[in-house]
Amino acid sequence: MDSSEAAVESKLPPAIEEPAAAGRGLSLPADFLFHKLAVFMAAVVGATLVAAVAAIGYDSLPAIKVFGVLGFLESRRWDPVSQQFGAYPFIVGTLVSSAIAMLLAVPVSFGVAVFISELAPGWIKQPISAAIEMLAAVPSIVYGLWGLLVFAPAFANLEPWINDHLGAIWGVGALFRGPPMGIGMLAAGIVLAIMILPYIASIMRDVFVATPARLKESAYAMGATTWEVARRILLPYTRTAVTGGIFLGLGRALGETMAVTFVIGNSNNLSRSLLMPGASIPSVIANEFTEATSKLYVSSLIYLGLVLIAITLVVQILAVFLLGSLRRAPGGTR
Amino acid sequence: MISLYARRRAVNIVASSLMFAATCVGLFFLAWILWTTLEFGIAAMHWDLFTKDTPAPGDGGYGLRNAFVGSLILMAIALSIGVPVGLMAGTWLAEYGGRSRMAGLVRFVNDIMLSAPSIEIGLFTYAIMVDPMGHFSAISGGVALSILMIPIIVRTTDEMLKLVGGELREAAIALGAPMWQVVTRITWKAARAGILTGILISLARISGETAPLLFTALNNQFYSTDLRRPIANLPVVIFQFAMSPYANWQQMAWAAAFIAIVFILGISVCSRLLLRSGVKRT
Amino acid sequence: MVTTMKTRLAAAAIAATLGASAHAAQGITGAGSTWVYPLVAKWAAVYAKNTGIQVNYQAIGSGGGIAQIEAGTVAFGASDKPLLPADLAKHGLIQFPTAIAGEDLVYNVPGLKAGELIVNGPLIADIFMGKITKWNDPRIARLNPGVALPDLGITVVHRSDGSGTTFTFANYLSKVSPEWQAKIGADTSIDWPVGVGGKGNAGVASYVQRIKGSVGYVEYAYILENHMAYARMFNGAGKLLSPSLQGFQAAAANVDFTKAKDFYVILTDQPGAASWPISGCTWQILRKNAPRASNAAVVKFFMWGFEHGQAQARAIAFGPLPPSTVHAIKVYLQSNLGI
Repeated sequence: MDSSEAAVESKLPPAIEEPAAAGRGLSLPADFLFHKLAVFMAAVVGATLVAAVAAIGYDSLPAIKVFGVLGFLESRRWDPVSQQFGAYPFIVGTLVSSAIAMLLAVPVSFGVAVFISELAPGWIKQPISAAIEMLAAVPSIVYGLWGLLVFAPAFANLEPWINDHLGAIWGVGALFRGPPMGIGMLAAGIVLAIMILPYIASIMRDVFVATPARLKESAYAMGATTWEVARRILLPYTRTAVTGGIFLGLGRALGETMAVTFVIGNSNNLSRSLLMPGASIPSVIANEFTEATSKLYVSSLIYLGLVLIAITLVVQILAVFLLGSLRRAPGGTR
Repeated sequence: MISLYARRRAVNIVASSLMFAATCVGLFFLAWILWTTLEFGIAAMHWDLFTKDTPAPGDGGYGLRNAFVGSLILMAIALSIGVPVGLMAGTWLAEYGGRSRMAGLVRFVNDIMLSAPSIEIGLFTYAIMVDPMGHFSAISGGVALSILMIPIIVRTTDEMLKLVGGELREAAIALGAPMWQVVTRITWKAARAGILTGILISLARISGETAPLLFTALNNQFYSTDLRRPIANLPVVIFQFAMSPYANWQQMAWAAAFIAIVFILGISVCSRLLLRSGVKRT
Repeated sequence: MVTTMKTRLAAAAIAATLGASAHAAQGITGAGSTWVYPLVAKWAAVYAKNTGIQVNYQAIGSGGGIAQIEAGTVAFGASDKPLLPADLAKHGLIQFPTAIAGEDLVYNVPGLKAGELIVNGPLIADIFMGKITKWNDPRIARLNPGVALPDLGITVVHRSDGSGTTFTFANYLSKVSPEWQAKIGADTSIDWPVGVGGKGNAGVASYVQRIKGSVGYVEYAYILENHMAYARMFNGAGKLLSPSLQGFQAAAANVDFTKAKDFYVILTDQPGAASWPISGCTWQILRKNAPRASNAAVVKFFMWGFEHGQAQARAIAFGPLPPSTVHAIKVYLQSNLGI
């Protein structure tokens, strides 16, 4: 009860504390049960998830014993025949492909969300929203096969142009040079971006629509343009929820298996170029898990999953700090 | 002054066009992918898909009845576990937990689970259900899917409830409404569109997941509605058929994907329409 | 509220299915190898029609199949890689072969049609180790006199996913190339020195069709169904062959299964003029201490397949076991399970 009272009180001016308390007193059983139910469900969620992480950790133990922590993270060798396993190329591959996906998906999602909530005429909002959400319903194997059979050949035609233009830029050019195969880190990043677009865009749209109309309307009344409303009203007001949506997308990008596997090229050798094949943690797990026969091999694959969870953890902590500094920034409404 | 106004207008036009372009990009890829599934799957688009079971290789013919029914059952199980748990947990976070340390911890673990590879969720469910029961079962598949859904529902419910203005709650409390009524009648209602989006997205997500089902519901080439036995399901069928050498299996995989996407769209549109008619009534 | 209504609907659906579950059909479940999946699925469909018994087999991978039969969650597991007799004994398991299949190189070289490229084992090993990098390399030209080989780089395409296809391929190369044996070895996934990895046969086929100068390996069924450019090979006896079911069966027929304990024989590089060098097989694995009824049902199903399923196997590019092998299996099961 303590936390609930604290939460309510923090939102209430002292003047209406009395009636609220009285109201709660009147329907104590229902209120009590509802609260306990919520607490229970939250505890179930927490416990299940902790148990899942613990189970993953337990299954990783054999590999942890053999390869250690740093040894596993640093090693570039992944050789099932000689039972030598290391995560380094896959960690890099996961981070790079997800980073590309976020760089592409976040701005596009923001554009889609503002377009739906502010610009689009009323009759078209619903169809566009539904269409964007449909992208989330495409099974990931379909993304994979589409990426392999349709997107990669098309992208291969574009790659000579990327080579000639982006590849010529001083400094970052090396990232964009390579044979026009249509598969690789960049292709995987683009397919991932399309996959996570609906997650980020739908949540942004919902919170933009949910932003109190008087906030937006007063800004429009002052002569603000749509862009200014989006930039100065919507985004600051919904900052935490927008970050939440972005995290939903990032989580999906980091953990996606099937779609990435088909287009990333699956090479354990690291390359500087984004046009060259690479591999990500989930893609290796998806590729090798079902056929892995030795205990150490299976354990090493699960250990990779644990590393992925650790990566998410680090990203989370960074985000908490980032959000903290945002909250302290002047002009924050929440 | 004029120049500043012109500049603001110019920025706005550029930004608006970019937003329009972004939307077009999203729609373009959706159309492209849908077109691909149709192009490769059109040969298998046949009423038999709904009335016959999956054919053996080399038999020719089409059928997905067992997989459609199985997937519906799995989704129903996942929804009936995932929605109440996710909704209540999200509600606790937003309405009761607030910024307490405990709530912070639950949010933290929840966010981490968002990116756990789905195959490991399948392994976890295998360990807690299939192994003790001694056989694969539909019910364990539903549980695995619900574990995948819950973090998404918790995250979205939490965010959406927090966006509901404090005035609504305060007004209700001031009128003497108990907290549980404030939550169910006021804040849930105010945030229902967003909460529904979370549920729909999580449903869309699980509708295409192969990995968690492989070690739980398995799959079944026969028609079965027994919750204690392996059950046919669309994602595993799509995966197995798409990767097979046989043309009719490959075509069916694409057709199945198309139907699955359209089905999810249908659910999405229907539930939003229901929601809107609900708004009008109240 | 929509959510509560949905929950109610879901509850109704579950109630309905629980009611229906009372009339559960009898049947057994198996899981494992992806390779053998089409064959067992095919047999199971016909078997269910004839006998009413449902054998549900699912492709969760050989590793999964072995783990599941050890855990006892399935009636039989299937693996593309046989278990060592010692491992079988440790877990109280038995195994027997099911059907024969094979694989071959596919390539994308301008001007070379199906069957026009000729290779042998050591040459394949050198190409897949990155030691031969051009199509007009003299070592390729020596085996292909009179063929116009272009001055084109070779792109190696391999499976990215763990696979019995990879195991069989690498096992063959280990037998014919000491260097491959020493540096790389054989497993369902290996540490490839060069090349790009495609997921599944579909992934390899797609890369090969698109990348000029590429070469990869896929299952025979995939070559047959998708009309891909395949290579002809010299086998251990020095005969030049095209891949065929007869070639795979010849490889199996040349194995003396009565001498191999628990059928632990890998079918690559078998002697005999007609033996296709990269032939493979899938093993069914059973638990000795499983309920007798369950084991009997599994044995009955596969015996039915060996006897009545030959034409169906051929139709989907699987080679039935030679009669001598089927007989050896019957003797083996009789002595181990008494069935």
